[in-house]
Amino acid sequence: MNYADLFRVTLPETALEIAALLVLVVDLGFLRKAALRLRVAVAALLGMAGCGAAIWALFWSTGTGNIWGLGLANSHELLLVSTFYVGAAQTGILLLTAVTLTLLVGSDFTRHIGEYVAVVLMAAAGGLLVAGAQDLLVIFVGLELLSLGLYILTGFAKSSGKSAEAALKYYLFGGMSAAFLLFGFSYFYGMTGSTNLVKIQEAIVASGPSPLFYVAWILVVAGLGFKIAAVPFHLWAPDTYEGAPAPAAAFIASVSKVASFTLLISLSLAWLRPGEGSGAWPQLAGILMVLAAASMIVGNLAALAQVSVRRLLAYSAIAHAGYMLLGIAFIHGYAGQSGPSDFSKAALASTFSSANAVLYYILTYGLTTIGAFGVVDVVERATGSDKLDAFLGLHKRNPALAAVLLVLFLSLAGIPPLVGFWAKFNLFAAVLGVSAGPVPFALVALAVAFSAVSLYYYLQVLKRAYVMPAVDETSGNKIHAHPVTLAVLVLIAVAVVVLGCFPALLQGWIASFYPVL
Amino acid sequence: MLAWTIYLSFAGALVLALLPKGKNELARWLALAVAVAGLALAVQGFVAGMGQGSTVLVDLPWVPSMGIHFLLAADSISRVLVLLTGLAAVAGVLFSWNIEVRTNEFFAFFLALIGGVYGVFLSFDLFLLFVFYEVAIVPKYFLIAIWGSTRREYAAMKLVLYSFAGSAMVLIGLLAAYTTAGSHSTGLVELAHAGLPVSFQMWCFPLVFTGFAILAGMWPFHTWAPTGHVAAPTAASMLLAGVVMKLGAYGCLRVAIALFPRGLDPWGFSFIGIGSWRDVFALLAVVGIVYGALVALVQTDFKFVIGYSSVSHMGFVLLGLMTLNQIGMTGAVLQMFSHGIIAGLLFAIVGRIVYERTHTRQLAELETMHLSRRLPFAAWAFVIAGMASMGLPGFSGFVAELQVLVGAWIANPWWTIAAGVGIVVGVAYTWRAMQKAFFSDAHPSAHELEAEHGHEFAAITWPEVTGVVMLTGVSLFVGLYPKILLDAIEPAVKALLAGGVQ
Repeated sequence: MNYADLFRVTLPETALEIAALLVLVVDLGFLRKAALRLRVAVAALLGMAGCGAAIWALFWSTGTGNIWGLGLANSHELLLVSTFYVGAAQTGILLLTAVTLTLLVGSDFTRHIGEYVAVVLMAAAGGLLVAGAQDLLVIFVGLELLSLGLYILTGFAKSSGKSAEAALKYYLFGGMSAAFLLFGFSYFYGMTGSTNLVKIQEAIVASGPSPLFYVAWILVVAGLGFKIAAVPFHLWAPDTYEGAPAPAAAFIASVSKVASFTLLISLSLAWLRPGEGSGAWPQLAGILMVLAAASMIVGNLAALAQVSVRRLLAYSAIAHAGYMLLGIAFIHGYAGQSGPSDFSKAALASTFSSANAVLYYILTYGLTTIGAFGVVDVVERATGSDKLDAFLGLHKRNPALAAVLLVLFLSLAGIPPLVGFWAKFNLFAAVLGVSAGPVPFALVALAVAFSAVSLYYYLQVLKRAYVMPAVDETSGNKIHAHPVTLAVLVLIAVAVVVLGCFPALLQGWIASFYPVL
Repeated sequence: MLAWTIYLSFAGALVLALLPKGKNELARWLALAVAVAGLALAVQGFVAGMGQGSTVLVDLPWVPSMGIHFLLAADSISRVLVLLTGLAAVAGVLFSWNIEVRTNEFFAFFLALIGGVYGVFLSFDLFLLFVFYEVAIVPKYFLIAIWGSTRREYAAMKLVLYSFAGSAMVLIGLLAAYTTAGSHSTGLVELAHAGLPVSFQMWCFPLVFTGFAILAGMWPFHTWAPTGHVAAPTAASMLLAGVVMKLGAYGCLRVAIALFPRGLDPWGFSFIGIGSWRDVFALLAVVGIVYGALVALVQTDFKFVIGYSSVSHMGFVLLGLMTLNQIGMTGAVLQMFSHGIIAGLLFAIVGRIVYERTHTRQLAELETMHLSRRLPFAAWAFVIAGMASMGLPGFSGFVAELQVLVGAWIANPWWTIAAGVGIVVGVAYTWRAMQKAFFSDAHPSAHELEAEHGHEFAAITWPEVTGVVMLTGVSLFVGLYPKILLDAIEPAVKALLAGGVQ
């Protein structure tokens, strides 16, 4: 490894950082006196251009032959990868970041638009690192870069008390979970003398599972459970979703989740692989199963009682995290797969079927939830509230917005032919496909049962939008959405329908990141 | 060509949803045109399919990596039910001619529901079938919640949650069957030939059967049906009773029985005479027949009478399926068709022709209105529909229920005896409702006559006449000449029995 290699492999991150600096320079240097609308447009466009450049850099660096990513010289110890599911996840992170930037149009929660976009881009760079990392140190650096950005974004609405409160809560919880994570990492390093994921796994298989290993794993799961808002580490989520400015909340709900789940996939693929003679697997995955079941139950049941749509989305995010954790817990079958030995694209893709299913889920969920926050944002700006009753009579006040809400929420509930249904089906089929037995089956049955429960609270919102009449004169007024915002939201809804009707499109896209040797 | 029924309905729904507000007349005619075109396609498909077995309509790979196909096909059972859907759709549009609020949205949801129903009846891929099955759920919610009456939001939510809980059970069964069979294909034929282990079928059958039977109104999971039917606007209750409940029964037949036939095998022990899932579900069906009829007998709301009668009549369908013999299952399919027509007719008379004029459905209030004199058309239409519903010879219900009873006798005479009680009570509740609503013998006082004079009921409109004539005509035609449907159904049931059930 030399610095040229390092630069080449981290080109996408570099592109994002350059774009971030460029946004700062342009916004602070040239547009200080300009109108806010112009500054928003310029900053958002520059940010999206940065994302585009990063995507191009991603393809360029993966296209140069080194499909396994950046490794130390003369070894197969990787620091960063950008192939397999990771490539798809990183591209997804960049695309979703670009989409969240479009939500800025028309919003007025801050005048510091350049700083906002710069922080978003830097956090996205952290997300790219987290998704691609194969080494404990890189993981931690990436996570901190991502998390610090998210804390700032949460508190960006300086005039709102809720925003500040949410940021402080998020920061305190986040700091504690980072401490747990680092503590767990230090155990792994102490036990195995390596920071590389694969090396650690090999050392553990060689020495056999020790109680300390379980302790370390629990600490790591606790730290990451916070990032993905799994029960019982979910307490920050409702407050943050409620208090953060809508574009920031959308970013937290989508990009940060994609990065964290990709990291969980990497960790689970490396560490949960049942080695010869290792009995560690069921207990390790068992922790994830408990978290998954708890998240599904608590998230769905708590969402039933919400009156704030943002908090409802937060609890539904917890529930969705539960479904995805199920896929992570069963990423390897009981029978044990010895890893990719057949290198054809199809065989690789089927080896990673659970990983792909989780990724499919989180990418489509991220897109849907960005759209949902976009709708909530428009309604909130018009009515001053995100309560359920703010959505009364939406179908009359803005039919297009109501239609978008209908599509997105039904997709979140998992109604075919929308993409949310396919994501669930794909995930559950992958779980049952890799491991037969009563435990995975019971958990899948639980997940399906609770997605039936979830329809109730999604319908509570849709009922107000479509069924119940507006109560008074003031709430009968039209709601105006900025044309750009509306166009983006409609495009998201169309994507949700199209991807749901043609699920093979996205599957094929993810499979295209698998190298052909 | 049959596949176009689906595309046409969804395209119609999309166009209507995008139609500008205020063009109510256009929306109605557009919906009628789509429904009539669907019916024409269904008739054409039925006639062209005479004497043919199962034919593939469309087969495209949908998700190649998981072996999911966009596979539309039709056998005669499908063709008969598609025909029913076409008739119900046309009748439904005719009887919602008076919808003035958000007309285009109403017909958009209506046609989306119809499209989903066509899709279920024509899907020969389990995944695709499930997709259409769920597509049909959401429009029901909005149809009832927006345009409904009595406790509409409660009834709509209850109906949707029951449906969704049922479809969750089906989804679990679908996932389990797919992965147990080796994750190669979700085609119904492939899954049926996958050699699923008996122990697997033993628990998957009741799961999937119950999941579908919830929508077929199986006791004790029927409670969504009466409240839903009552709250729904006329066209929606016609569709609910007419075709949506048939979706459940069709799923029981096409998926549960055909894929997991060994699940009906005896358990090897018996408990108070119940020795298999077949006995369990037959018992529930019989309880549903008698219970639905008895509850219908004491209702004070006219529409609830019809709602509970649907539970009772759907019990015959489930009982027919559980006979597992040729005549009983043929009767079950014929009963699906027959009940779809008759229930649609009854709901149209009660919900549209009577309620829209009297604005009450309480039998006690209707008793004072002398409807036989003031609404003779409604009275005589209800007499005919009531006779059909009672199962009088000459109507389709007679042939269907007779076959079910004969099949049940072959399987277990006790079932026939219990179901026979249900028929007797059926005569009683229909008679009671007819008597109270239309033919009360209290003579009007001079004061009442005067009051009536100022409040003439609106004249019967042409869509109402057309709808009533169409539905009674079909029921009478099938009752007098059942061979036209039986010739189609019998070979299909035989093939299904041979391919699936032992």
